[in-house]
This record gives sequence, structure tokens and C-alpha cells, in this order.
Amino acid sequence: MSDTAWTGIPKSSEAARNAAFAVEMSGVEKRFGATRALRGLDLAVPAGTVCGLLGPNGAGKTTAVRVLATLVAPDRGAARVAGHDVAREPDAVRRSIGLAGQHAAVDEGLTGRDNLHLLGRLHRLGGRGARDRAEELLDRFGLTGAADRLVRTYSGGMRRRLDLVASLVTAPPVLFLDEPTTGLDPRSRRQIWDAVQELAEAGTTVLLTTQYLEEADRLADTVVVIDHGAAIATGPPERLKESIGTRVSVTLADAGQLGRAAVVLSALAGNGDVAVDQDERTVEVVSRPGVKVLLPKLVRELDAVGVVAVDAAVRPPSLDDVFLALTGRVRGGGSEDSDAAATADASAERKVA
Amino acid sequence: MSAVANLAADTWSSMLRVLLHYRRSPGLLAVSLAVPVLMVVVFGYVFGSAITVPGAETGAAGATGATGAPGASGAGSVDGYREFLMPGLFAMVAVNGIMPTMVGAARDVGRGVTDRLRSMAVSRTGLLLGQTLADLLVSVVVLALLAAVGLVVGWRIRGGAADAAGAFGLLLLFRFAMTWVGLLLGLAVGKEEAAGQLVVAVFPLAMVTNAFVPTGGMPGWLAAVAEWNPMSAVVQAGRDLFGNPSAPSAAWPMQHSVPAALLWCAVLLLVCGPFAVRKFASHGT
Repeated sequence: MSDTAWTGIPKSSEAARNAAFAVEMSGVEKRFGATRALRGLDLAVPAGTVCGLLGPNGAGKTTAVRVLATLVAPDRGAARVAGHDVAREPDAVRRSIGLAGQHAAVDEGLTGRDNLHLLGRLHRLGGRGARDRAEELLDRFGLTGAADRLVRTYSGGMRRRLDLVASLVTAPPVLFLDEPTTGLDPRSRRQIWDAVQELAEAGTTVLLTTQYLEEADRLADTVVVIDHGAAIATGPPERLKESIGTRVSVTLADAGQLGRAAVVLSALAGNGDVAVDQDERTVEVVSRPGVKVLLPKLVRELDAVGVVAVDAAVRPPSLDDVFLALTGRVRGGGSEDSDAAATADASAERKVA
Repeated sequence: MSAVANLAADTWSSMLRVLLHYRRSPGLLAVSLAVPVLMVVVFGYVFGSAITVPGAETGAAGATGATGAPGASGAGSVDGYREFLMPGLFAMVAVNGIMPTMVGAARDVGRGVTDRLRSMAVSRTGLLLGQTLADLLVSVVVLALLAAVGLVVGWRIRGGAADAAGAFGLLLLFRFAMTWVGLLLGLAVGKEEAAGQLVVAVFPLAMVTNAFVPTGGMPGWLAAVAEWNPMSAVVQAGRDLFGNPSAPSAAWPMQHSVPAALLWCAVLLLVCGPFAVRKFASHGT
């Protein structure tokens, strides 16, 4: 008896390869009317890792998740989740995934417990099984106290937490989180982060979309930067940040010292381009990739040349910095035609000293 | 589990969701029950005080044998109007059922609940069937209450028991079809606010019928619209089967009310049912 397909590739190894990547997309295209939401997106998320899909509004993040969650069919290309093709075996995919979207997709007219109980039933855990599972999840995610209140009375953070929990009823091996913390206060955001980290540690493969580099940095093993429906950079978050450098800014008491400050900052940033704003009395620079700027050193060097700073800050790169570095334009730019204009605007803003 | 068992389980779970809403918000059920009672008062006594229905007196007169029926013995035009009205209100309650179903479906789409359900390995037909069956169950209660109120204000069943059972069955079938209409509209609209605005459009649909006044007095074109309105066929069938008075009309659906009503229900179900399931299954694509 042979376990070998005619191509000579043993089936078992094919299965192993599929299992190695819990989420795969190759050349996925999706068009909505005149809008090309996805233009050949490639993605490969190893099982048991967290992948952060990072991009601005309209980059195609949500469409990518909807294709993977079998909610929209791709026009072209293939997508596989947990080894199952989304187009040919949608039910097998659905049995392997949990989805928490941008809205808190929970029933407001029911209690938190009702919501989980009903989802458990729909997942065919049976009446008792669904009740037990609801109890377990409420307890684990600190929602027992609010379990019997109508979701209508929940705070935004609690709703989102319940929504996340609602995607975990079957303990799915693959979890899709579409902007799980957008619009949440810092405390609620941290609670979601903790929950996601806990799930990842337990071996769940997580694909999350986000507009925040900080969130991707905190949670993801791999970050995929997506723009205009295609991946433009992939790698661990540290490497992504190193490729961009740090943003350094100082505000001076005396505008006459701006020139001297600019020289100091440029040197510290590895000859980075310095932007000087006379009216605000600020100097700003983004360091060359790989060059780290430390705040104490910045203050000492400014002091050494007699520059008095009333404010000094060293910030990790923002998503805007990442975008500027990767695409050479300000994020949120529209069609290709306007991109050149956006780039021109961006450089015009930076009055080089 | 077989496919049928899965369908049944998903249908039941989906029914539970709707019924739980009523349990968690007792006010919801109270409103569902209060509105029909209010309609009896508004239409039966406010409109009824000024409307006489041609043919109503003969309808009532034919039932003078009914013992202890306070309305029948009087056989006046006002009591006659309420006998004429009740089958109209039964059908009106069914048509009104479009609105909460439509708004609820649109809300689920807008808030992502539909997407979550669609991302699960759940029978699409089962989900929608459960919702409509639960609505049907609630409307059995509403219809029973409305019939009881009707009996209090002088409405009587003057036909045979089998005909009356047939009339109630037809009304429930119509209610079931209306739920599917509401589901399809709600899924198509997809936004709660937009669905709320559509409610305004449903109202005239229920008013341009034979439910409240005879079509004979309407301008010709409006009478034709009213007579071919699916709700009118159901109302007329109700009047014929309950043995209640009705105004004469030569239009085919009025002459053949029971087959016309059944035909309308079948058409609405066969069109809206599959389209609603398809819309649900392919939402956003």
C-alpha cells in the first residue's frame, strides 16, 4: 500500500507542510466594484504564532480577514486555513476558526451568559456542554460578575472582551482578530492584550489586524505591513522598527539656538535629515536605520554646546514613520496619481536645516 | 449527526435566541401584546363610530341564532363594523410582524452578529428558519389574545369549526410568509437606521387593503391595488371562513379568497425564503 501521490510527494508530508502554516494566502485578489481591496496578497502564518497585519484604513486588512473567515470569496488566488481551502472546504475552515471583528458582535438584548450559551449550542456542544463552556469562559476572563446583565448595559471595553470570549467558545486553533482594540481605553486595551498573549502561549495561531505599531510590536511574532491590498514588508517587529530608526524631537527656549541643536541631532541620528520649525522652536529628526538614540545622551550633548531645551523626547517609530520609510509617502494617500503629490507634500513639510 | 439532525439542532438554537429576547425584556412581549389590543380600540371604536359597512347587517343577521351573543342580537352597523374589522386586524398583526423582523435582521448585519454566525459551521437555513419559527410561536399568542379581545367586543365565529381552524391556519401561514419578507428586507438593507425608515413604507401597504373600509368606495385604481394586495386576500378569506360580513367586490382574489390567499403565501414564501437564505449566506460578497 502506497501513501504516495502520483507526483511523488508523500501525502503525509504534504499534510505536514499544510499544518506548518496555519494560515496561508497566495496571490489573493478581491475587487468590490471599482475598488481593488486586495491586489495579490501573500501571507504565511506558521502554526502557533501571532501575525500582526499592520496597515492604514482601507489597506485591505479587513477584507483579508473576511476572505480567511469564509465571509467573502476571493476573485483570484488561494487561501487556506488550518490546511483547508476557504473556497472548497468552507465548513472545515469554519470549524477551525474564531472571529472577533471591529464591532462587538454580541447580542445586546441578551445577557453575557446567554450570548456564550447560544453560541455554544450553535457550535453543537449540546445544552449542558454549552452551559459549562460559558461558565468556564466567563470565569477565566473575569466576566462572571456581569454575566447576568444585559449586554446593552456593558461598557465598551467589556463588550469587546465578551466579543473576544465569544470567538473562543470552541477553543479554535486559529483566531482572527480584526482591530481588536480600536477605540478602547488603555486599560481595556491592556486586558485584551493580556488575553491574546495568554491564548498565544497556549498555542493558538492568531492573525490580528491593527493600525497601531505598538500593538503589533507587543503581540506579534511577525508583522506584515499591508498597503493598497498587498504586503509591502514582512518580518519580526524588532527588525521592522530597526529598519526605521527613532524619532527625536526637542523644543528650545531660544529660537537662536535652533541651528546648533540641529547639528547635534543630525550627528546623533547618524546624519539624519533634520526638520526645523522656527515658530514652534522645535527640531525633529528620524534616526538612520539601526541607529539608537538615548535620551540621557541627547540631553548631555545639547548641554555640552550650551543649548537649553525645554522639552526633549525620543519616541519609537509610529505607523506613520513606518509608512513613510517603506513607501516614501504619508500614509492614507489615495491612488497612485496622488502619491507623488503626497510625497512632495511630505518633503515640503520637512524644512531641511 | 446527520444533516437533518444538524438542521433541527441549529433551528432550535436559533429559536431559543429569539425567545430569550422576550424572556430578558418582558416589556417587548407586553408591547407585542398591547399593540393589537390598542388597534381594536382605535379602529373598532374610533373608526367604527363613523363607518357603516354594506353587507355587514346581512352577515350579522344570518347569525341571530347564536345564543347569548351580545353583538349579534343588536345587529346594528357599529357591531357589524367590528365583525367586519376583526379579520382585518388579524391580518394587520401579521403584516406588522415584518417590522421587528426586518429591523432585527438589519441590526444583526450592522453590528457584525450576522458575520459571526456566518463564520461558524452552522446551517444557514436553520438559523433563519429558527428565527421565523420563533416569531410564528409568538404570533400564536398574539393572535389568541386578539381573538379573545375580539370576542369581548362582539366579534363571533359564525362558520364551522373546521373553517375557523382553517382561517387561523391561513393567518399563521401569512404571518410566517411576512417574517420571511421582513428577513429578506432586513438583510438587504443591512443598516438598522435604514430599516427603521423602511417601516414607514410598510404602513401604507397594510392600509391600502379591504381591512378597514370596503374597497367599493375607493377610486378605481386604488381599489384595484387594494383588491390585489396579498393582505386583502387573507382578510377576505378570514371573513369568508369565519362567516363574518364583507363588502361585495367582483375582483378575482375577493371572489376566490381562500385559493388567492394560499397562492399569495406560497409565492411570497417561495420567493423570499430562498432569496433570504442566499442573501444571508453570501452577505458582503
